[in-house]
Amino acid sequence: MSSGTLYDKVWDLHRVAELPGGSTQLFVGLHLIHEVTSPQAFAALRDKGLSVRCPERTVATVDHIVPTTSQSRPFADPLAEEMLSTLERNCAEHGITLNGIGSGRQGIVHVIAPELGLTQPGMTVACGDSHTSTHGAFGAIAFGIGTSQVRDVLASQSLAMNKLKVRRIQVNGRLAEGVSAKDLILHVIRTLGVKGGVGYAYEFAGSAITALSMEERMTLCNMAIEGGARCGYVNPDAVTFNYLKGRPEAPSGEAWDRAVQWWRTLVSDEDAVVDDEVVFEAATIAPTVTWGITPGQGLGIDECVPTLEQLEPGERPIAEEAYRYMDLQPGTAIAGVPVDVCFIGSCTNGRISDLRAAAAVARGRHVASGIKAFVVPGSEQVAQAAEAEGLDQVFREAGFEWREPGCSMCLAMNPDRIEGRQISASSSNRNFKGRQGSASGRTLLMSPAMVAAAAVLGHVTDVRNLSLQPTA
Amino acid sequence: MNSFPSGPVDQVVGTALALIGEDIDTDRIIPARFLKCVSFDALGDQVFADDRSELNGEHPFDQQQFQGASILVVNGNFGCGSSREHAPQALMRWGIRAVVGISFAEIFYGNCLALGLPCATAPAETIAALQAKVLTSPALPWTLDLETMTFASATDQWAVAVDSGPRQMLLSGRWDATSQLLDQGEEVKRLMQLLPYLNGFIAQ
Repeated sequence: MSSGTLYDKVWDLHRVAELPGGSTQLFVGLHLIHEVTSPQAFAALRDKGLSVRCPERTVATVDHIVPTTSQSRPFADPLAEEMLSTLERNCAEHGITLNGIGSGRQGIVHVIAPELGLTQPGMTVACGDSHTSTHGAFGAIAFGIGTSQVRDVLASQSLAMNKLKVRRIQVNGRLAEGVSAKDLILHVIRTLGVKGGVGYAYEFAGSAITALSMEERMTLCNMAIEGGARCGYVNPDAVTFNYLKGRPEAPSGEAWDRAVQWWRTLVSDEDAVVDDEVVFEAATIAPTVTWGITPGQGLGIDECVPTLEQLEPGERPIAEEAYRYMDLQPGTAIAGVPVDVCFIGSCTNGRISDLRAAAAVARGRHVASGIKAFVVPGSEQVAQAAEAEGLDQVFREAGFEWREPGCSMCLAMNPDRIEGRQISASSSNRNFKGRQGSASGRTLLMSPAMVAAAAVLGHVTDVRNLSLQPTA
Repeated sequence: MNSFPSGPVDQVVGTALALIGEDIDTDRIIPARFLKCVSFDALGDQVFADDRSELNGEHPFDQQQFQGASILVVNGNFGCGSSREHAPQALMRWGIRAVVGISFAEIFYGNCLALGLPCATAPAETIAALQAKVLTSPALPWTLDLETMTFASATDQWAVAVDSGPRQMLLSGRWDATSQLLDQGEEVKRLMQLLPYLNGFIAQ
């Protein structure tokens, strides 16, 4: 076993060869595919007369285009139907397992692979989706790829990659009550910027990180990409192992004991050299909300939209664009900004603990008049678990719609979208112009509990001011 | 439209288009609703669809003076956000064959390389000067030369950078990695026999 960071060790384990161009051929341990970025890759394989090298290391689901109201087939949208039937055909032809609608295993690709136990420490994980960084929460090296690279992984189970530098994001202390992993990552991105992580993998470490649950760690690593870092990871520990134990695709019996033993050796060495380190104090972080058009334009809930003078010169042009687009003036307090639509879900915050946090706010309250609020579980398993706990009823009684699993309004490739200039409070990951389906629509990113709080008051508010009624 | 590149990419010659703005994400380059497709063929017309419709004909991709341009000059963190290869595909189907900017998002850069679309970088001051020049002289032909690492017109010459690995891949024509990866089939097999998680976690 080589020494260094977890990133170094996993990289070395998966290195196949150095390629003539100077990049490294890296073996991919788990290849996740979905309906949006794979059809052209399969078509290219067909054109080149190639087959899928490791269908058993390839796992498919359908998430981006699925409707969340009725999922009966054929879908009302013929393009969506064509995409799913193409995926079904490609998987059948190449012997790839497809976790389809109704299988009990369908859902957002970054929700299902962890919950099935497919994602494990020490693996390399690739998927044609930038939020593949999520899987780094397990101590895997996981990164998003484009369709040509999906083709390469299908054909060779490997990729041409260049090694990243490692920046340790050291978070000391404990997050305050009512402050979540979403707030932490929005704070990190706000501090280091949306391009701060370009060229780096982010290693999240420190007492505040080890105190996080697996689902919180997934939220954190999910948005590493929004900070420019293609991968984020957390060193595996007892929290990781406890989460994995007993999952359908996790090792069991004697193999489990051997696995844990091996996983422990992957952790970054005490004396591992990182290329950069940034230290945060967890206790100073407030619930954080974005006000602008990049995920780096964030504010603590008690803060105001910055004036140009408060910003670095390089940030001013995009701030001016954001003032115009968001119709938010410098100096406006973010608390109190009215919202139209509230969305709880996505690969960032569509897991059971996210729904519990939102339900604790919603229980015994009601969505404010004129607000459309809906909850989209991240997977069929999440939906089942939530329904078993009665969370669906809590949400329905509070005036939220309870939907079927999928990516939904995170990127609005299905019928869920904001209209016109509507402004959404969203537990998703991107507030880019036009992201949620309307070319002039606006998005405020925040934690699921903060979205629920915005839904019941009709405007952005500090969830810590609302009493909570968590599940027993 | 020019055909897509094949073989060595040492030079890109053509007029340029300046697109000003930091952090232009791939949702803007190609909005998600256009990802509902099983082929990339129609994407050229849809590039920057929402930005163009907002500017009502005044977007650089619509302006008469930039039609036929093949080199895009951008600012920092271009192509951030979603991994969609639809973004470089849309740019290329519109006619772009090279991008010059301050910096590029990682996944976008890799997607471009896999299509033979060079992304060259230059300092912010150089880019500002280049964009000003392109805006005032849109008909001026430029050459991005990966051998000499320059971006030049008849009157100007600027130094640009391309990382050595991608540069070698483009110059040698080996930017399409598939065949190189397949050449190592035996090595992949050997590695698979050693990886603990593929072998019951039994030490090899």
